[in-house]
Amino acid sequence: MNDLEINMDFRTHIRTDQLSVHYGKDAALKNISVDIPEKKITAIIGPSGCGKTTLLKSFNRLIDPIDGTKVTGKVLVHGEDIYDQKVDVTSIRKKMGLLSQRPYPLPMSIYDNIAYGPRIHGIKNKTKLDELVERYLKLSSLWSEVKDRLHEPASKLSIGQQQRLCLARGLAVEPEIILGDEPTSALDPNSSQRIEQRFLELKNQYTIVIVTHILRQAKRLADYLIFLYLGELIEYGPAEEIFENPKKEMTREYIKGIIS
Amino acid sequence: MDRRKIEESIFKCLMVIATLTILSILILIVATVVIKGLPAMNLSMITQTPKGGFYLGKEGGILNAILGSLYLAGGATFLTIFISLPIVLYMNVYAKRNSFFLTFTRFSFDVMWGVPSIVYGAFGFTIMLTLGLRASLLGGIIAVSFLVLPVMSRSMDEVVRMVPAELLEASYALGATRLETAFKVVVKQALPGILTAVLIAFGRGIGDAASVIFTAGFTDYIPYSLFRPAATLPLAIFFQLGTPFPEVQERAYASALILTMIILIICIASRILTKRFTKHVIK
Repeated sequence: MNDLEINMDFRTHIRTDQLSVHYGKDAALKNISVDIPEKKITAIIGPSGCGKTTLLKSFNRLIDPIDGTKVTGKVLVHGEDIYDQKVDVTSIRKKMGLLSQRPYPLPMSIYDNIAYGPRIHGIKNKTKLDELVERYLKLSSLWSEVKDRLHEPASKLSIGQQQRLCLARGLAVEPEIILGDEPTSALDPNSSQRIEQRFLELKNQYTIVIVTHILRQAKRLADYLIFLYLGELIEYGPAEEIFENPKKEMTREYIKGIIS
Repeated sequence: MDRRKIEESIFKCLMVIATLTILSILILIVATVVIKGLPAMNLSMITQTPKGGFYLGKEGGILNAILGSLYLAGGATFLTIFISLPIVLYMNVYAKRNSFFLTFTRFSFDVMWGVPSIVYGAFGFTIMLTLGLRASLLGGIIAVSFLVLPVMSRSMDEVVRMVPAELLEASYALGATRLETAFKVVVKQALPGILTAVLIAFGRGIGDAASVIFTAGFTDYIPYSLFRPAATLPLAIFFQLGTPFPEVQERAYASALILTMIILIICIASRILTKRFTKHVIK
């Protein structure tokens, strides 16, 4: 593993230490140790079924509820082991916003979708909520499209708008990290572009980790890359370096499209 | 002709026959009740209690049974919601998916669904004896609750199971607890189905005779206390059909018509409610 420890000049936000995840008897992740830099975009790439989503979801302990899951090793967020027994899982999750492959708005109005997070974390004040809703809808560039129908069902929005709503909803709990699980895979090119645009703007304030199977997307967005193959970490480092000069043969083949 | 085409038309034909058979049975039942019951139907049937000699063909109505049935089925349904909903939320939000516990619980409900209602009647009766209750509205409510519990739980379970796992994840990812997710997301998403389950249970409860024979008893008076016997429509039908007088038998059909109408109203109400509450549902 020594040759993977490249000199990287950043502050670590999330660190995994010998992280392994087993679904029943199958190992989804094997001994992953990576550092995710703060306020950068890190893309997790690799062929389908290589454990990209598992790695992403291990960051906010969403792999907890899946049956028969065994997690060994550590995930440290700002040095705190989030799999520690004493850690309150909701406070971990509050630190991270999640965008899934397909947007899943909650079964309520546009307004209530954004207010859901702040409300469960104790904000009751109407003016404060109004303010939050407006701020985060603007931040996800949805405000102008929905400002006159905030109390309509979120299910009526187009799928691209729904994904931006989910972004705003995630941002409204004031996280430090945004996790995206192939967040543009269900969207049309135009909507995808808008989401990517948002990521590029948000990376100054948030640590962003996305899973993607689109190499060009990784190239457009990522500052750092993590390449996984069959649950193993093959290579990680600054995106430019990996794209231009991959150290591992397998990475080179994947980038060239020989393995997929 | 091609063999596959012949297969296709034979099976299509069989399916149409099966559908028409069911439809015609339904129409025949409703027609029988309407044709035989309508002549005896009048305002006093639904506004009066049985007067002296009612079962010999004299004046009166079955308001006692209408109200008794509504109270009984309503009470039992209301009570059961507070048992079914927590069970179903536990099964689908808290319990481990595909666990033995879940399979076993679902299987138990299926068995309970199949238990004949007279058994619930007998069981309710022994509980009443233990509690020192006599045949009463409360006794009937307890027995009918047992009867509708599997119906409501299993129907709710089927709809709550359909809530996408990603929706729960979305809520967890925002830092919500399971309880918050259960009530603010899962219940909202499954609300139309949950309401339908409640109304199905009510329909099952109001139409059952065997579970209330021993437990609710029968009376000619409007139920005014939980600890007093209560009349029910199915038993009113049973007693009236059992008389040798044609005019009383006709009234039995009129009573059946009233019961059918109540169930029809519930079905329509459930459709309307379902529509109203699908507004926010995520597809």
